[in-house]
Amino acid sequence: MLSYRGREGYWAWLLHRVSGVAIILFLFLHVLDTSLIGFGPSAYETFVSFYRVPVFRVLEVALSGAVLYHGINGLRIILIDFVETATRIQRQLWYVVWASFLVLFLPAAFFMLRPVFFPTLGVVR
Amino acid sequence: MSLGTATRAAYQRRMLRPAGSNFELWSWYFFRVSGVLVLFLVFGHLLIVHIINNVDVINYEFVALRWQTVGWRLYDWLLLFLAIVHGQNGLRVLIDDYVHPRGWRAFAHTANWVFLGFFLALGTMTIVSFPFMPGLRPG
Repeated sequence: MLSYRGREGYWAWLLHRVSGVAIILFLFLHVLDTSLIGFGPSAYETFVSFYRVPVFRVLEVALSGAVLYHGINGLRIILIDFVETATRIQRQLWYVVWASFLVLFLPAAFFMLRPVFFPTLGVVR
Repeated sequence: MSLGTATRAAYQRRMLRPAGSNFELWSWYFFRVSGVLVLFLVFGHLLIVHIINNVDVINYEFVALRWQTVGWRLYDWLLLFLAIVHGQNGLRVLIDDYVHPRGWRAFAHTANWVFLGFFLALGTMTIVSFPFMPGLRPG
């Protein structure tokens, strides 16, 4: 019996769904906040100022992480769908997904959080 | 059945695209095509709006200036359209998988289609109706 639940493919699948739901929920909010631009500067900036609070900056990084994972794992899914070899090595591909994720996510998280938490770090004046 | 044969059989089953209706088939292809397109668009969006710039500098003027260029409006609208439809497609699959009682299922599917129309309309209106402001220049 091949066990699926609890293995790499299962977690890849579950995380893909969870990150997808998180992204679409934020996207709904994002369409709403951007629509305020039509009501002038004060309406727009009252809302956007919430996004500048440190808690939201951390959530912003988490969301970017969700987008990165969903996107890179999506490429893995497409490979599995169209390339037979990829289907056989889908578990190994999940580790490739995470390696690519870290390479992109860590620098992105650094540059996104630096202005909030350590504005002078690595800044040459 | 050896592992190889099992994998092969599973693979051949998978290679049969969703059958029964053209809608599911097109939805399946759209999921993949839109996913790749959104991947490029969203990486550009993240790089420009969240890394090179960030929410400290994004304000009314930032968006107004950006939307003086038709190309950026097109970029943002394409990202909006593809991401919303891709996401709605995803929610539709989740509803099929998890919402079993008939009444709730019909309600969830209806709400999902209403959301699609609402957010596409609101987003499109926001981008299209924003005025061009002659005289607004960078700097």
